[in-house]
Amino acid sequence: MESILYAENLTRVFSRKGQQELVAVDHVSFELFPGECLGIIGESGSGKSTIAGLVTRLIDPTEGRIVLEGRDITTLRGKELRDIYKTIQLVFQTPAESFDPRCSLGDGIGESLVNSGMRRSEAGREVERLLDECGLDKSFAGKYPFEVSGGQCQRAAIARALAIKPKVLVCDEATSSLDVTIQKDIMELLMELRKKKGNDLSILFICHDIALVQQFCDRVLVMCHGRVAEEGIPDDIVRNPGNEYTKRLIESIL
Amino acid sequence: MTVIKGMPENDGFTKNGDNSYFSEANGGRQEEIIRFDNVGISYNGIPVVKDVSFSAFSGEILGIVGESGSGKSTLIKAAMGLLGDSGLVTKGDIYYKPGSHTDKNLKDTIDGKEDLGRINLTELTNRELRRLCGTEMGMIFQNAGSSFCPIRTVGKQLYEAMREHGRVSDQGFGRSISASEFRVRALELLEKLGFDDGDRILESYPFELSGGMQQRVGIAAAMLPGPKVLFADEPTSALDVSVQRQVVDEMLMVRKNFGTTIIIVTHNIGVIRAMADRVLVMKDGMIVECGDTLRVLNNPKEAYTKKLLAAVPVLRR
Repeated sequence: MESILYAENLTRVFSRKGQQELVAVDHVSFELFPGECLGIIGESGSGKSTIAGLVTRLIDPTEGRIVLEGRDITTLRGKELRDIYKTIQLVFQTPAESFDPRCSLGDGIGESLVNSGMRRSEAGREVERLLDECGLDKSFAGKYPFEVSGGQCQRAAIARALAIKPKVLVCDEATSSLDVTIQKDIMELLMELRKKKGNDLSILFICHDIALVQQFCDRVLVMCHGRVAEEGIPDDIVRNPGNEYTKRLIESIL
Repeated sequence: MTVIKGMPENDGFTKNGDNSYFSEANGGRQEEIIRFDNVGISYNGIPVVKDVSFSAFSGEILGIVGESGSGKSTLIKAAMGLLGDSGLVTKGDIYYKPGSHTDKNLKDTIDGKEDLGRINLTELTNRELRRLCGTEMGMIFQNAGSSFCPIRTVGKQLYEAMREHGRVSDQGFGRSISASEFRVRALELLEKLGFDDGDRILESYPFELSGGMQQRVGIAAAMLPGPKVLFADEPTSALDVSVQRQVVDEMLMVRKNFGTTIIIVTHNIGVIRAMADRVLVMKDGMIVECGDTLRVLNNPKEAYTKKLLAAVPVLRR
């Protein structure tokens, strides 16, 4: 099977005047296959979120190549770059901050539909369907981000990400700011979506909680200082870590 | 007899003649050191804690768990007088039992305010309460690093805190402490808390320490004036898993070396399992369940506790 997202030798160096260069992501390569959920775990500063930024082109790579659906997107600009967001979407850690505070959730979700050419009235109905798909009542379309709870806002953020039927969903610590019971609800929602969409939806699941990755992902990359320390099936990695760093990480879980 | 949730009748504690509790179950005698009696707290008139009663005992680690908005942090903020202008203890009492007081500062504060050897913290003025903060009750926050001034060394800041909050007693602490005396005491404490290089820590600026180290230094800073009770508000939540264990180990060391009572508020069940003797589960400002940690975590009685525990992802090793 051909991968839907392929990263080859992805590297990002942050440099500031007078300061040492920081290699946030160092020659990382991975493939994401259709219908698969690939987890990326690691400690703060290991480069997980930079990878999310790189594959969605929110951050430019210093070196390496990103191939989405067979097309090299590494250097795309302008309209061509905007077009990749029909295929890849991102769900952020803090849902309330990812919505415009002056727009209702419905407007936020509908914006991408309207931008992709859908009529406003049609977009309104589609927003209601998406909210329903993500477990929210249609009345949420008229609410503002500050009027809803963190879990409800994250459901709306997932609805927004799914609006233009992307093939790849990048979840960057999408449940980390939520309470465990809400986290469970969101994970159940993601699992339901995976089941429903089959090979039409692949997920890059960035998270620092190994237990969650073990429950949810088919494969996992363990990141350490910007590099891939280990890659494999979560159960195998948890039970037989092949790397000192992974071993330490698993042992330290309370 | 009606058992109020949170009160220790069910956990092997016995009532004293003065209405306080004690236990002799774990070897030594454990006295009730802090007690919340039917406490209600509101923010801007909206109740966030409703009729909560519980006690913590000498040398005990009491965990308080619950979701955001359950009122768990508000409880410990109320004891420390940190509710701010919008928060108010609307009902109930918070008692603190200082034990023997050799401290002149404390003696002056509680003079005439004691009832059966206890002080009602809700009746103290801010000024009086401030005298107890540090010497009697210490606190560590979620992000200790941000409570340090970024442009002064850790040592200088700890010295200043010691002069401000340290005990004023015959041993010469508090305002009278000299810099050299402070250094000896600080290094001794850092060594007891497992720091390899105390000198380097004192000479460092906060940004030169990692997040985990900043948190550990925060604990050491809180312990420096020698409090009997340490409140910890989500002390591990901002840390990576590998560092969380170090912070938990340090708090366990605090209890072992100083016999400090620790009340830890967290949403991390793993942290509770690793260190708490008893646990309170809170929801919507009320105590849902209370009891011995292993009993509550392995055999929860209440539906909400069961739901909360079922939601925690468990690593299949």
